Amino acid sequence: MINSLFLINPSGEIFLEKHWKSVVSRSVCDYFLEAKEKALEPEDVPPVIHTPHHYLISIYRDKLFFLSVIQTEVPPLFVIEFLHRVAEMIQDYFGECSETVVKDHMVMVYELLEEMLDNGFPLATESNVLKEMIRPPTILRSVVNTLTGTSNVGDTLPTGQLSTIPWRRAGVRYTNNEAYFDVVEEIDAILDQSGTTVFAEIQGVVEACVKLSGMPDLTLSFMNPRLLDDVSFHPCVRYKLWESERVLSFIPPDGNFTLMTYHVNAQNLVAIPVYVKQSISFFECGSDGRLDVTVGPKQTMGKTVEGVMVTVHLPKTILSINLTATQGSYTYDNGTKLLVWDIGKLNPQKLPNLRGSLSLQAGAPKPEENPSLNIDLKIQQLAISGLKVNRLDMFGEKYKPFKGVKYITKAGKFQVRT
Amino acid sequence: MNGHRGFSVLRSEAAGAVRTALVSAENLQLTLKTELSQEEQHLTPHTHTNGGPDETHTKGYCTEVNEDLKEMLESNKESLKLEAMKRVVGLIAKGKNASELFPAVVKNVASKNIELKKLVYVYLVRYAEEQQDLALLSISTFQRALKDPNQLIRASALRVLSSIRVPIIVPIMMLAIKEAASDMSPYVRKTSAHAIQKLYSLDQDQKELLIEVIEKLLKDKSTLVAGSVVMAFEEVCPDRIDLIHKNYRKLCNLLVDVEEWGQVVIISMLTRYARTQFTSPWKEDGVFDEHNERAFYESDEEKTRDETEAKPYMMDPDHRLLLRNTKPLLQSRNTAVVMSVAQLYWHLAPKNEVSIVTKSLVRLLRSHREVQYIVLQNIATMSIQRKGMFEPYMKSFYVRSTDATHIKSLKLEILTSLANEANISTILREFQTYVKSQDKQFAAGTIQAIGRCATNISEVTDTCLNGLVLLLSNRDETVVAESVVVIRKLLQIQPTQHSDIIKHMAKLFDNITVPMARASILWLMGEYCERVPKIAPDVLRKMAKSFTSEEDIVKLQTVNLAAKLYLTNSKQTKLLTQYILNLGKYDQNYDIRDRTRFIRQLIVPNDKNGALSKYAHRILLAPKPASVLESAYKDRDRYQLGTLSHTINTKASGYLELSDWPAVAPDKSVRNVEVIEPGKEWAPSLGKTGKSKPAKSSDDKFYSDSGEEEEEEEGSGSSSSEDGSGSSSSEESGSDAESHVQKNSSQSSEESDKSSSQSEKSSSESDSEKERKTKTPLQKKTVKPTAKDGDSDENGNVAKEANSSSAEESSSDSESDSDTHTDSDSGTEHKKKTKSKAKPKLSGPAFVPEKSHDLLHRMTGKGLSAQYQFPRQPCLYQPTMVSVQISLTNTTDHPLEQIHIGDRSPTGLNIHCFNTIECLEPEASVTVFIGIDFNDSTQAANFQLCTKEDHFSVSIQPAIGELLLPITMTELDFRKEQSKLLGMNESSATITMAAENMTSQPISRPVATVANLGVVPSSQDNVHRFAGKTASSGAVVLVMVELRESSTALITINTEKSVMGSMLLRDLKLALAQA
Repeated sequence: MINSLFLINPSGEIFLEKHWKSVVSRSVCDYFLEAKEKALEPEDVPPVIHTPHHYLISIYRDKLFFLSVIQTEVPPLFVIEFLHRVAEMIQDYFGECSETVVKDHMVMVYELLEEMLDNGFPLATESNVLKEMIRPPTILRSVVNTLTGTSNVGDTLPTGQLSTIPWRRAGVRYTNNEAYFDVVEEIDAILDQSGTTVFAEIQGVVEACVKLSGMPDLTLSFMNPRLLDDVSFHPCVRYKLWESERVLSFIPPDGNFTLMTYHVNAQNLVAIPVYVKQSISFFECGSDGRLDVTVGPKQTMGKTVEGVMVTVHLPKTILSINLTATQGSYTYDNGTKLLVWDIGKLNPQKLPNLRGSLSLQAGAPKPEENPSLNIDLKIQQLAISGLKVNRLDMFGEKYKPFKGVKYITKAGKFQVRT
Repeated sequence: MNGHRGFSVLRSEAAGAVRTALVSAENLQLTLKTELSQEEQHLTPHTHTNGGPDETHTKGYCTEVNEDLKEMLESNKESLKLEAMKRVVGLIAKGKNASELFPAVVKNVASKNIELKKLVYVYLVRYAEEQQDLALLSISTFQRALKDPNQLIRASALRVLSSIRVPIIVPIMMLAIKEAASDMSPYVRKTSAHAIQKLYSLDQDQKELLIEVIEKLLKDKSTLVAGSVVMAFEEVCPDRIDLIHKNYRKLCNLLVDVEEWGQVVIISMLTRYARTQFTSPWKEDGVFDEHNERAFYESDEEKTRDETEAKPYMMDPDHRLLLRNTKPLLQSRNTAVVMSVAQLYWHLAPKNEVSIVTKSLVRLLRSHREVQYIVLQNIATMSIQRKGMFEPYMKSFYVRSTDATHIKSLKLEILTSLANEANISTILREFQTYVKSQDKQFAAGTIQAIGRCATNISEVTDTCLNGLVLLLSNRDETVVAESVVVIRKLLQIQPTQHSDIIKHMAKLFDNITVPMARASILWLMGEYCERVPKIAPDVLRKMAKSFTSEEDIVKLQTVNLAAKLYLTNSKQTKLLTQYILNLGKYDQNYDIRDRTRFIRQLIVPNDKNGALSKYAHRILLAPKPASVLESAYKDRDRYQLGTLSHTINTKASGYLELSDWPAVAPDKSVRNVEVIEPGKEWAPSLGKTGKSKPAKSSDDKFYSDSGEEEEEEEGSGSSSSEDGSGSSSSEESGSDAESHVQKNSSQSSEESDKSSSQSEKSSSESDSEKERKTKTPLQKKTVKPTAKDGDSDENGNVAKEANSSSAEESSSDSESDSDTHTDSDSGTEHKKKTKSKAKPKLSGPAFVPEKSHDLLHRMTGKGLSAQYQFPRQPCLYQPTMVSVQISLTNTTDHPLEQIHIGDRSPTGLNIHCFNTIECLEPEASVTVFIGIDFNDSTQAANFQLCTKEDHFSVSIQPAIGELLLPITMTELDFRKEQSKLLGMNESSATITMAAENMTSQPISRPVATVANLGVVPSSQDNVHRFAGKTASSGAVVLVMVELRESSTALITINTEKSVMGSMLLRDLKLALAQA
């Protein structure tokens, strides 16, 4: 299946290679680097490249390219999904996924990759299993290791590998037993010039941080499960029970994990929390234009909208801008023509406004299209779809866990066309 | 949560820092040369980018570094070796050559330090191929490790041994694989499945032997092995479909429990399998057959063929099993799994079921960019054939300015395919936004898309054309050029009406510089020169002026235009044409020279070629069919969806074709498994008692529940398919079947003559469904011996027991739930539910001859006679009631009307009455059930039995034993309970018994006759224990009969209801003394 993996940084340097079958020369990456040169943005590099002898499947994530070399037919999603798991594993082990982190822990990353695949077929991808085989670095452990000569590598088969619940290891112990759930909802929307909604939907995810001893069996129920239209679960969730009773019943993995992702029923109208009044215009004759953007709260269910940010990709022909913001501050990068207006909290009494003039390069034609605005926002303690967790019950263990649920609404791909 | 994360980041950073500090300190102490290695590390990027001259330089460093590492590896200190190995592996990771160190490294292969050992393994696997002779030194170590008691060590030894690509050791590998394939540990067996592929790629001659191992491993029941062995199967012998037959059902049933990567592989294999073994489910719908590449609404020919095969289509139960078992996987978090289920449904499901995958595929569009790319590609292929599937989700394919280029074009593709008369206006409005996009490539793509919509939907052709004409005045060249090209294609379809568009384009001609667009306009001029007789020659005049500076493609079209004009309007253009032909004759491009020569010969009449020039008009101005604007994904469906081949649109190496459906299904019976091994994890029905694998202890895990349940159904399905009777029950959708079965189980108490197999089935089914918490293998185990002890001589009793026990289980739901938390003495977490349930568990009643009592004599009842008996079944209406069965008989010669229950005393008496019997014919009798809450006393229940005319006072006096319900418990629990009920709660008596009654069976019989108690399995021969609880209050009643010498027996009764205890004791004394 997966023959080799190369990690490549944006400048095209290959800084890690791993082969699970016989060695493939790194010159194979030249095809990829060629494609990368052609693409304007790193995101535009095609994920699947066909070379005379190999197939290259790559992902771009956290400013790194993960490039895998394939020799025979394999579902491309299989490889892509695995590459993302590698990135997630690095993130999970070292706190972030970046070139420096990988370079700092080169050997450990290499050992992990060795454990994850055997002959190119996934062997252990559950982080709980991996962590038993190769323990993640901590201060205490590295000190102990240097002093006593013990190692980070486990010498017995992780219990999870053999059980039907590979995501949880046996013998978990905590002094404080706690289970936290974050219900995070994202609004994807496209608004047109006049502010009417072209398209809007809500995607949600329930992130969990469960630190419970033993083998707890949890049941999470919602007040209004009918809202959920389409769901996908962590493998721990018992699907039959969801089907019949609409509750989430599961033996959780240890630590942080994504319990479920969901899509809210399309029939429900999506409340759009903010409105944007904008006008961007360029004068036909002179090399000048005006920009005027106001953001205000709309349907916020009485909560404050925070972290509002407006991002605009200005046309390439813009020479310079001169704007004033009544609230927050804006930054403008003349190289990428990226204007970012960081507003912060929305105050309904005094609406933030950004206005000023844009000047075009001399002689450049008036831009065809006005740039669209990407909005970012956050509302604490509110799930915009109205989803509510009803209760969480624990069976199987005798202690009383500390439980908590948090709701957050964010803007996903929230775009205003102008 | 974020706080936690932040902290751990800090911690790991600090850890890194401390570690580097420690390491560097160590290095400094040891040798100064390490400094060089650090320097060398800094140089790394440079060497790569500069290449060439620097390389020799680094090599110099390398050797020095290597010397240093060699020293460290050969030292005695473990920590030094480890450090050296880490640096060596670091070199490998960076892609540096560290093969020189091979001798020094291989010595450490037998190290005790597990981390060091692993690093050596890593090294070996990387370099063994290059240093085969030296690698052999390590083999004996692995052979030893293959016998290690630790499964991880066995597995990793096999992993490394099989990864060393040295042909000499093939026999050793073969042996190791064979042995590992029968290892106790499933993990080792999994590793052996991986090793099969490695050995096969090393030496293809081993194929036959390897197939044997695969065959053996395919039979493995561990979910851990399943994915890996199927992978090996696909790689080594994908054509040996016969190996799958016997394992097909098992694989289907295990599927949900297999790890996600294995699922992908198994699903794709099963897709291929199903296409060879089942008949097409599509024909009946009259839907197109995808291999005829015909749109589905023109399938007339197909229909006629269908009629000839008039046989109605009946889906093979195995086919259905596959579809049903893969469906829950659509909810997987792994995108590859979702995609593979989607392609399975696409290729195998009846057409009306395919759309269930839509939602999940649309969900994947929220995932990473790369996932989107692949999924959109597949949707593009699907949407061409079946618009309806994705039309409701049209808006999910709207393009955002932030999408990557290839995502944008795919979305465009899909939107175009989805367009129909109803939604075209919405789509066109959306397209209008896209055309203005700053990404001009995308804008051009949109224009093509508009063109496609215009050809597909004739209603909007004009609108589109006008819109495109407006775009001709766009400032951007790419947009204009694309518009011209698309307009040309559209005009070709209906050229008659559009001469003004052509005129407009001629006007724009001077401003258009993109060659393709200019060429298109010229072609249009030539083709329709008769419609624009004034303009065309003028355009030619302009072209003659600029001919030399045009691009080749424009030149060709100019020659073309000249030739056509010459034929239609030679008066005006003769000279121009000759001029252009002369220019072309001396052009640098041979294509143009050739064309010019050809055209000249064709159109200019001379002596030699008169024959052809007669036809010149017909040759050049023949009506040309409009080119069809088609999707690039039109014929992608020849590849299986979700495959690499589908993505790159060429056959990837190792791609396995999906075969056509067979016209006649091959023998179905090959999938039948003759013997269902008892006591294994998948034994059906009663077999739950024998769950042998501890890891499989997740009776609370839904996946295995469903698995088991499917097995049940599969069992019945297979048998029915054998004897030819339709398998309607397995055809039903899952939930239906279950609810149906549940109903069954609750009715089963009334229908006494249910077949045993069915009741067993229903009980186990309702278990897995509703009572997953209460259900346990243990209970089953205990019920069984009870029955055997009591009634092994009477056939059919067992069945009856199973019947009622299942009814009890389902009726006592609420009660058992509340009990879940009371128990706390659980041992392992897995068994906790099992145990907590074991205590209050109701068991079936022992069989006793039913004794009926007179309720109403026919004389006093004026012809209505009534008898009652205690059926000893838990009351359906309320758990605290005792159920009473009343038979009413009409002995008169006229019908009795409206028989019902009237006033009752004591007034608080809680009776669940039967429904009023409207009419009872003469000589007819009817049996009804009522429930009475006796409140744990033998006080008679008095009530009136009424007919239309009369009221008769009747009373039911229960025997104390009928107020009890049997429960099952273990001996241990019995003792525990008993120890809680001493003193006042205990009553006992010694009686004399006949000697022949000293065996257990005659004892339990009279006891059962007296009281409705359950038998507790006993370890001592002379002690018999019985347990029950009172119906109303649920107080435990324990009876122990201890046989002593000289035919005496001690009866002990423990219950907190001491009155009941003493009354029961009296009854028992009476019964046993008689015996």
